[in-house]
Amino acid sequence: MVEWTDFERATIQDIFSKMDYESVGHNALARCLVVYPWTQRYFGNFGNLYNAAAIMGNPKVAAHGAVVLHGLDRAVKNMDNIKATYAELSVLHSEKLHVDPDNFRLLADCLTIVVASRLGTGFTADVQAAFQKFLAVVGAALRKQYH
Amino acid sequence: MSLTAKDVAVVKALWGKIGAKADDIGAEALGRMLTVYPQTKTYFAHWADLSPGSAPVKKHGKTIMGAVSAAVASIEDLPGAMSQLSELHAYKLRVDPSNFKILSHNLLVVLAIQFPSDFTPEVHVAMDKFLSAVALALSEKYR
Repeated sequence: MVEWTDFERATIQDIFSKMDYESVGHNALARCLVVYPWTQRYFGNFGNLYNAAAIMGNPKVAAHGAVVLHGLDRAVKNMDNIKATYAELSVLHSEKLHVDPDNFRLLADCLTIVVASRLGTGFTADVQAAFQKFLAVVGAALRKQYH
Repeated sequence: MSLTAKDVAVVKALWGKIGAKADDIGAEALGRMLTVYPQTKTYFAHWADLSPGSAPVKKHGKTIMGAVSAAVASIEDLPGAMSQLSELHAYKLRVDPSNFKILSHNLLVVLAIQFPSDFTPEVHVAMDKFLSAVALALSEKYR
């Protein structure tokens, strides 16, 4: 059972309540595909991912980025039960999508950088710690059903 | 994953923009690392004050960025340029090389905060590659 301090809970709720899910999702996924190009292996049917500009302009990337962020929302709304909340998604990522769980950390790092650039100095070290802890818990939950 | 000519150009351009802010960036990255990854504090148990913004953190952030700036200047031969620092980290400091990745991540976060419009995905990948190359050069003498 993950223990969240009041500060951590408040920080996560605050960040996501102010977030533009579509924009952040799009930018985080696109950044991941550019910075860690091997992640493109999971998106063979997305069409043109040939260079950074193509990736950023690709509507499937934008749409999927939003899907991922809205998926994260489930954890935001169920912080005390993230493992159970993501049981199905974990099975999906393992059995159907065959995603190497290391990729969860890569996307998390890109998401951290996008949120950092949006929040600026408001993204203090303590806020960063809370945000990265949240994403680590999400990653662990998504990894749980792998075998 | 070696640095292309484009990577080199991008890194040097960003470094040019960073200019005098380098010391502050180093201090902030170090402070974030100690807060977000508390296990890294084990290397600094000899400091009186490990809080972000403290004197030892500021001083050491400056030291680190000085070395990274030197690496940018000698980007064509990182193993050569970092040879002495590699010996220091290998024989004396014995920092587990996985921590280089952690500091790099925090440097990228600070760059994203301070240069939001410049730190595009293309700049991000070039900087990530550069810092990985620096980390590799730093690990050179370990075994």
